[in-house]
Amino acid sequence: MTPLARLRERGWEPPSGDVGRTAAREVREMSESGVSTKPEDGMVIVCWSGEIDKVWPQMILGTTGAAYGMDVTLFCTFWGLFTLKRPEVGITGDNWMTKMLGAFNNERLSHLNFGGAGPKMMRSIADRHKVAPPEELLATAMELGVRLAPCQMTMDLMGLKREDLIDGIEEPLGAAAAVSRMQNAKINLFI
Amino acid sequence: MSDVAKTLDASGLACPMPVVRTRQAIDQIESGQILEVISTDRGSLQDIPAWAESTGNELVEKEDAGDRFTFRIRKA
Repeated sequence: MTPLARLRERGWEPPSGDVGRTAAREVREMSESGVSTKPEDGMVIVCWSGEIDKVWPQMILGTTGAAYGMDVTLFCTFWGLFTLKRPEVGITGDNWMTKMLGAFNNERLSHLNFGGAGPKMMRSIADRHKVAPPEELLATAMELGVRLAPCQMTMDLMGLKREDLIDGIEEPLGAAAAVSRMQNAKINLFI
Repeated sequence: MSDVAKTLDASGLACPMPVVRTRQAIDQIESGQILEVISTDRGSLQDIPAWAESTGNELVEKEDAGDRFTFRIRKA
């Protein structure tokens, strides 16, 4: 099950429309309250992996950057795009190889898989240590105005359309738009 | 101790939630007012002071009761 499916099971719905952007703007407006929001106070995380043990740090660092008042972008590319996919949407693609991608979901891709035991074990250990699950962190990221930007090229590769992705995210970006943001960011990470 | 405008009980939350909730709570008070944060996450001992310094808010008090940590932060 994808993180979003789990989240929905618990009754959480992603905010609709342009919520992320509005919240990001609000964060910027808070600059009078002493929180630094200069353009160079940006953070870009290139979210390349969809494995649970990578999605966790993507979400932890993204929400923490937002807590610092930074303008945070999570550029979701390759396997990282799975985090933004609606759970009910399969990967269609245009040939058998891209169709095969649909047989995977982010947790099953993990290096720590062991037939599904790995992610389950991590979740159970995390739960015992009261670490918030990735889906809760994703919801918090959206509340804090973190910009979730899907990679257009990956969408094309996987045969995903804008409506196959969850609500409350930005319009798809290309590498150049991502690099522009990285140029203005003080912190750039590839996870 | 000076008056606390708002208290955030972040007990039981792990990284990064104490800092994230602190940010959300401080947005609800006025400049100059004090936010009290209670946490049980040992990482908060480093995280909350680091966050306060980077965001320009003033950490006026830090109490370490072994398994429970209290911070008082004056909003910039």
